[in-house]
Amino acid sequence: MAQLALKDVTKRFGDVVAVNRINLEVEKGECFSFLGPSGCGKTTTLRMIAGFEDLDEGELSVEGKVFSSSYTRYYLPPEDRDFGMVFQAFAVWPHLNVYRNVSFPLEIRKLPKREIHERVTRALSYTGLSSKEHVFPKQLSGGEQQRIALARAIAINPKVMLLDEPLSNLDPKLREEMRFEIKDLQRKFDLTIIFVTHDQSEAMALSDRMLVMRDGVVQQVDSPLGIYENPVNDFVFSFIGLSNFVPVDIRGGEAFAKGAASAGPLHAAPEGAEGERRLACRPSEIDLLPAGAAEGVKARIERMTYLGDMVDYLASIGEHRVRIQKPRRAGSLAAGTECRLRLNRARWFDA
Amino acid sequence: METLRNKRKFGTAELLLTFSVLVLVVIVAVPVLLIIGTAFFEEGRLNLAAIAKVLGDPDTYMALWNSVKIATGTTIVSTAIGVFFAWLVARTDLPFKRTMKALFLVPFMLPSFIGALAWKILLSPRAGYISKLLMGMFGLEKCPIDIMSIGGIIMVESMYLFPFVFLQVAGALERMDPTLEESARISGARLMTITRKITLPLVMPSILAGALLVALYSLAHFGVPAILGAEKGIYNIPTKIYERIHSSGGSMAGIKVGTILSTILVVTAAIILKLQDVVLKKGQFQIIAGKSMRPTVLKLRGLKVPMLVVCIVYLAVTVVMPTVTIMLVGGLKTYGLPLALKNLSLDNYVQLFRMKLTTDAIWNSLWLSVSAAFVTMLAGTMISYVIVKMKVPGKFLLQFLGVLPFSLPGTVIALGCILTWSGRFGVNLYNSAWIIFVAYIARYMAFSIKSNSAALEQVSDSLEEASRACGATHFQTLKNIVLPLVRPGMISAFFLIFLPALRELTTSVLLYGPKSRTLGVAIYALNEDGETVMAAALATIALLIIFIGETTIRKVLNRLQRQE
Ligand SMILES: Nc1ncnc2c1ncn2[C@@H]1O[C@H](COP(=O)(O)OP(=O)(O)OP(=O)(O)O)[C@@H](O)[C@H]1O
Ligand SMILES: [Mg+2]
Repeated sequence: MAQLALKDVTKRFGDVVAVNRINLEVEKGECFSFLGPSGCGKTTTLRMIAGFEDLDEGELSVEGKVFSSSYTRYYLPPEDRDFGMVFQAFAVWPHLNVYRNVSFPLEIRKLPKREIHERVTRALSYTGLSSKEHVFPKQLSGGEQQRIALARAIAINPKVMLLDEPLSNLDPKLREEMRFEIKDLQRKFDLTIIFVTHDQSEAMALSDRMLVMRDGVVQQVDSPLGIYENPVNDFVFSFIGLSNFVPVDIRGGEAFAKGAASAGPLHAAPEGAEGERRLACRPSEIDLLPAGAAEGVKARIERMTYLGDMVDYLASIGEHRVRIQKPRRAGSLAAGTECRLRLNRARWFDA
Repeated sequence: METLRNKRKFGTAELLLTFSVLVLVVIVAVPVLLIIGTAFFEEGRLNLAAIAKVLGDPDTYMALWNSVKIATGTTIVSTAIGVFFAWLVARTDLPFKRTMKALFLVPFMLPSFIGALAWKILLSPRAGYISKLLMGMFGLEKCPIDIMSIGGIIMVESMYLFPFVFLQVAGALERMDPTLEESARISGARLMTITRKITLPLVMPSILAGALLVALYSLAHFGVPAILGAEKGIYNIPTKIYERIHSSGGSMAGIKVGTILSTILVVTAAIILKLQDVVLKKGQFQIIAGKSMRPTVLKLRGLKVPMLVVCIVYLAVTVVMPTVTIMLVGGLKTYGLPLALKNLSLDNYVQLFRMKLTTDAIWNSLWLSVSAAFVTMLAGTMISYVIVKMKVPGKFLLQFLGVLPFSLPGTVIALGCILTWSGRFGVNLYNSAWIIFVAYIARYMAFSIKSNSAALEQVSDSLEEASRACGATHFQTLKNIVLPLVRPGMISAFFLIFLPALRELTTSVLLYGPKSRTLGVAIYALNEDGETVMAAALATIALLIIFIGETTIRKVLNRLQRQE
C-alpha cells in the first residue's frame, strides 16, 4: 500500500486552477520531488497534503486512511496528521532556544520527559547542532536555522516529511552540503519525503522519483534519469538541464535546419517522419568537428566562454543558434571559426 | 570630516549646527531647566523640604495616586480592546475587514475631551440622557453607571486611545510570517496552544509598545479627567497643576507646586520611553515574512455575523453615539430638554458666530496650528538633517536635545513656557497668543524630528556626495538635492502637527489670555461655565473643521503620493 496517495486532487483560487487533477502514489521511504516553474502549484499541492488547504476535488490518503476528501468533506486537521514540515523561510520560533524549538512538538504530544530529552538530543546530533542547544535562533546562520527546522521535523518520527523549497534561502555552497545531509537523514530514518523545489539540479540529486508540473498540470512522473533522458514533451525537456531547440524540415529521411538547408542535414529523421518538426538536443550531446570534416552540419562559432573546466560555445547554423559545452582539455575554438557540428542524439517534438 | 576638509572656520555646516542647537535650547532646554530649577531650588538654595511638603499634602498625593490608577486602568482596558480587534481584523475571516480596519482608526480623529463632554451629557449621574432613561426604565433613584468617576474616566480614555494598541498589533499580526504558526500546527499544536505559546509571545513586543504609548498619553492627559473628574474633586497630575495655577491666580506658590508635579511627570515619561526602547530593541523578533505570504485566517464560521455585530455596535456606541449626541445637544434651546425635533434649531450656531469669543477661538486655532506646524516643520527638518546626516563635533548635544521633546507632556511644556516667556529674559509673551505659538513648537518638535529623520534616513549619503563631487557647494546641494528628497517627510510632519494643534487643549488651557482662547479652550470654558448647549454647538463646529481637515489632507497626501 502506498504511503501517500493523491486521487484527482484539484484546487482552484477564484478562476485560477492552481492544481488540476493530480494523481500520485508515493511509497514508504521514498524521496519524491515536485518540480516546476514559479506559480505552477507546487506549494498549493504540498499545503493540501499538509492539511492547510481544503480540496476542491479529489481525495488524499495516508497508509490507506483518508486524510482529506472533497467527497465526504472530511479533513483531518494538520495537527493530527503526524507530518513533519520544513518551510522556505525556516520558520524557527525566535523566542525559543534551539532545544525548545525541537522539543515543542514532543511536548505537545505529552511524551515523557526522558523520551523527549532522548529524541531531541538524537535529532540535534544528527543535524550537527548538539553544541547549540541553548542558543537562540537569532544568533545562528541561515544554514543552522534550517537545520533546527529539520531537527524539529524529524524528532517526531513523521509519517511523511514535507519540505517546501527548504534550501532556497541558503547560499549555493551550503545548499549543496544540505542536499546531501537531507539525503543522509532520509536514509538513516527511512523517511518518506516530499520535496518541493524549482531547482532542477536539487531535485535530480535528492529524489528517487520526481514530478514535473506546469500551470497545475502534471507533465511527467519518473526517476530523475528517466525524465532527463526521455522527457515527454518540450516543456519538460527545456525545464530539466540545458537545451537547444531547432525548427527543422524533414526531407528524404534527413532533418534540415529551417531556412539553412545548404548547411547540410542536422540529423537522421525518425522513421517515416515528414514535414516540419522541432529537434531538441543538449549542449553536451553535440561534437565540434573541423570545417573540412566529411560529416556534420556547417556552423560558425559566434561566442566562446570559459566556464571553469568547461568551454561554452554559441554557434550559428544559418539564423539558428545552438549552445554547445565541451570539456576544456579537448582544446577550444575561437569566435569566428567555421566548423561542423555533429548531433549525437536528437529528440523530436511537434513544430 | 566636514570641518577637516573645509579650512573655512564657519561654513554652512556650522551655521546649521549652531542654529539647531540654539532653537532646541531656547524652545526646549531652557523651559525644562527652569521647571526643574524652580522645583528644587528656592532663592538659589536646594530646598527639598518644600518638595516633601508638596508631596506630603493629601491633595497632591491623591492626584498622583489618581494618575497612576487612571493610567493603569486605561492601559489595561485599551490593550484588551486593541488586541482583540486587531486579532479580529488581522487573523479571522471577519467580513468587510478593510473597512473595519479603517473605521477602528476613526476614534483617533475625535478629540477625547469632546468625547468626554458627550459622555457627560449622556451618562452624568442625574442629568444624563441615558441615566434618565435607565432610571425611568428600572425605577431607580440613581443611575447604575456613574461616568464621573475614575472608572468613567478610564472607560472614556480607553475608547479614544485603544487605536495606539490596535495599530501596532494589527501591523505585527499582518506582517508576521504565517509559517511560524503553521509549523506549530503541523507539530501537533491546536489553536489555543499556538496562540498562547507562539503567537502571543511573538507579538508581545508590539503589544507592550502600544500599551506603553497609551500609558504615556494617559498619564499626561488633561481633557477627559478635567471634564469628568474635576467637578467631583477627582484630579490627576495635569488637572491638579491646572487647578493649582488657576486657583492661585498664576502666583508663584501655584507655579511651584506645578513644577514639582511636572518634574514627576517628566521623569515618569522618560522612564516609560526608556522601557519602550528596551522592549523594542530586545524583544523585536525577526518575524517579518520574507516572501509576501497570506496569513492564515481563522474561520469564524457561525461566529462571523455575531463578531461583525460586536464591531459595529462597538463603533456605534463609541463613535457614532457621542458624535450625534454632541450635534443634537448643540441644537437644543436649553440643556436638559428631550432630544426631540421640536426642541432643535440652528439658533445656537447662529449665535456662536455672533460671539466674538467663539469666532476669535476658531481664528486663533487656525492660524496657530498652521503657523506652528509650518515653523516646526522647517526647524525639525534642519535639526534632523544635522542629526542624521552631518558629521560635526558637538552633535551628541543635539541628539540629546532632539529626543528630549518626546518625554515632555503638554502641561509641562505650558508651565515651562510660563516660566521662560513671562519677562524673565526680557521677553514677555504672557497672555498673548505668541506664548501658545512657542509652546506648540516645543510640543510638536518631536513629531517633526521623527518624521523628517525617517525621510532623511532613506536618502543615501552617496546622492549628496555625488552632488558635492560635481562641484556644488554644500548649500547648493541642500537646496537642489536634499530638500526635494525629504519633501514627503516635511509634508507629513506638517500635517502631523497641524491636525493635533487644531484641537489642542492641554497646553493652551494653561496659557490662554483674554484674547487668545483656542477652540479647545473655548469649548472647555463654555462647559465650565455651565453653558453645555453652547459647548456642544462649538464642539460640533470643531468636529466639522477636523473632519474637513482630515479628509482634504488625506486627499492631498494621496495625490502627492501618486505623483511621486
Ligand atoms: N491563497 C491563495 N489565493 C489565491 N491564489 C493563490 C493562493 N495560493 C496560491 N495561489 C495561486 O495559485 C497558483 C499556484 O501557487 P503556488 O504557491 O502553489 O505556486 P508554486 O509552484 O509554489 O510557486 P513558487 O515556486 O513561486 O513558490 C499561483 O497562480 C498563485 O498565485
Ligand atoms: Mg511555492
